[in-house]
Amino acid sequence: MHAEAVVRKPLVTGGKTVHDVTEDICIRVEQAPAKSWYAAMAVSLALLGYGTFCVFTLVWEGIGSWGLNKTVGWAWDITNFVWWVGIGHAGTLISAILLLFRQRWRMSINRAAEAMTIFAVICALQFPLLHMGRPWIGAIWALPLPNTYGSLWVNFNSPLLWDVFAISTYFSVSLVFWYIGLVPDFATIRDRATGISKKIYGALSLGWDGAAKTWSRYETVALVLAGLATPLVLSVHTIVSFDFATSVIPGWHTTIFPPYFVAGAIFSGFAMVLTLMIVTRHVYKLQDYITIEHISLMNIIIMVTGSIVGVAYITELFIAWYSGVEGEQYAFFNRALGPYWWAYASMMTCNVISPQLFWFKKIRTSIAATFVISIIVNIGMWFERFVIIVTSLHRDFLPSSWAMFYPTWVDIGVYIFTFGLFFTCFFAFAKFFPVINMAEVKSIIKATGEKKK
Amino acid sequence: MSDGNKNFVLGVFDDEDVLLKAIAQVRQGGVKIHEVFSPFPVHGIDDVLGYKGSRLSIAAFIFGLLGTTLALTMQIGMMTVDWPMIVGGKDFLPFPTFIPVTFELTVLLGAFGMVGTFFVVSDLKPWAKPRIFDLRITDDKHIVAVDLDKNKMSEADIKKALADAGAQEVNNKQFD
Repeated sequence: MHAEAVVRKPLVTGGKTVHDVTEDICIRVEQAPAKSWYAAMAVSLALLGYGTFCVFTLVWEGIGSWGLNKTVGWAWDITNFVWWVGIGHAGTLISAILLLFRQRWRMSINRAAEAMTIFAVICALQFPLLHMGRPWIGAIWALPLPNTYGSLWVNFNSPLLWDVFAISTYFSVSLVFWYIGLVPDFATIRDRATGISKKIYGALSLGWDGAAKTWSRYETVALVLAGLATPLVLSVHTIVSFDFATSVIPGWHTTIFPPYFVAGAIFSGFAMVLTLMIVTRHVYKLQDYITIEHISLMNIIIMVTGSIVGVAYITELFIAWYSGVEGEQYAFFNRALGPYWWAYASMMTCNVISPQLFWFKKIRTSIAATFVISIIVNIGMWFERFVIIVTSLHRDFLPSSWAMFYPTWVDIGVYIFTFGLFFTCFFAFAKFFPVINMAEVKSIIKATGEKKK
Repeated sequence: MSDGNKNFVLGVFDDEDVLLKAIAQVRQGGVKIHEVFSPFPVHGIDDVLGYKGSRLSIAAFIFGLLGTTLALTMQIGMMTVDWPMIVGGKDFLPFPTFIPVTFELTVLLGAFGMVGTFFVVSDLKPWAKPRIFDLRITDDKHIVAVDLDKNKMSEADIKKALADAGAQEVNNKQFD
């Protein structure tokens, strides 16, 4: 039995009963979607269509169609990759870390957040795949497979290879975690459905019958998966940061990168969860499940992680000065005051200053302010990766080879492609899947519902 | 037929606290419960039903260990035994650089192994034909199912025990 302090705000409002939860969530799967859904899906598909054309151009013409040059050999591709992987982290944080900490407010947001994780990682995966130029060959080279070079194996000393293992493990474990949670909810839809959808949701629910023995095992599986996913999520962005930190490029060669990247990932991920949840909550009328309390708690996490990121930026600057290494000092001087000063200024404003507004309760509990800041944070986090990557490269060791990076329409188009992919997946999820974990929310109705308080 | 699994009496509950007390009371009264079905996990139900804790975490540990072994064997086999090569001035056995991949494969095999075991022991599969005792199980009702053929008590006594324990409805359910 769970006892809870009376000072805690109810997590489900509106006097909802267990049956109401089933009705409110299932109806979105059962009913024909609203006109706004068709409109949103049409826009996503248009983005996806244009993006597919750009991806086709990229594969046909080659990587030369990107704006890279011999000084800046990494730019938008890896920026977008790190940005999408970072966004994905919030889903695992919400479902795994908050489960270990027994934070019950995770229950009404974890399903959509995990879906977002999976789609964001799919988007992230496009960049390492596409940057190989010939992905159908490159994908094989990245795996430790026997080959005709005698066998010359992949290099396990390389953080890029660690990435292959980290991201694919992260994707598959997140997918399993998400699916396990979906099984009981698919059973709920199955028991209400008829005809072909009964068959489909019946197969998806794997014959779930709700037996106490199965629930007991299910709870063990969820707990152990959370225990495995927690170090996993921390390791993934740590390894992503190793892509830079293990190099000898001034501006990248920094031991602070792993914790700084993980904090940044959680920061941007929560912002993306908020952007999506505020819209979903409004369109699906889920105000009783995703309350202002939920939004306010997520904003506090954004504020905390945003401050950690801010401390990391300042520490980096301090260490660059304190190290006494000229190359390192110049890299940071150039970052803040060089030709890309505007990117650095955008990063600082969006990531360090804007989340500080959440100290004010009025802003923290305002839907409009949260929505705007959540988008600002994601713009800022994109700039953070751009700043780290491009400003560290564009003025390298030889002043005669200094250059600027300008994206081409293909660079932009491939980024648009991932947006199309992400939103198409998310809107399809919102229509065909229960957007809130019904079983988990039902389990807290009695303990934390409004009636009890 | 006396091998059971056909004729059931179902007690329907809608409150988890009443349910927990009822299970304890009914079992004390000598009724053997076949299984309890719920729309969500009810904490403490294992204890009142006398179920032992799941050993799936042991499965996760063993599969995880398998992942560790496989990852180390693969990396040492490729980098140290099959084609030793100096990369970045590192040793032929650069153990620290093996840690990330070893960790990832430990998690991967641990998670997949445990979930696979869970599916097998709970008989969860896409082509499964579950026996649905009551459609409301996945909505808002908890069902206590008592197998008539496996109980020595009479049907009337079982029904009375369930009703006395606070069941909202007591129904019969037959499978063929």
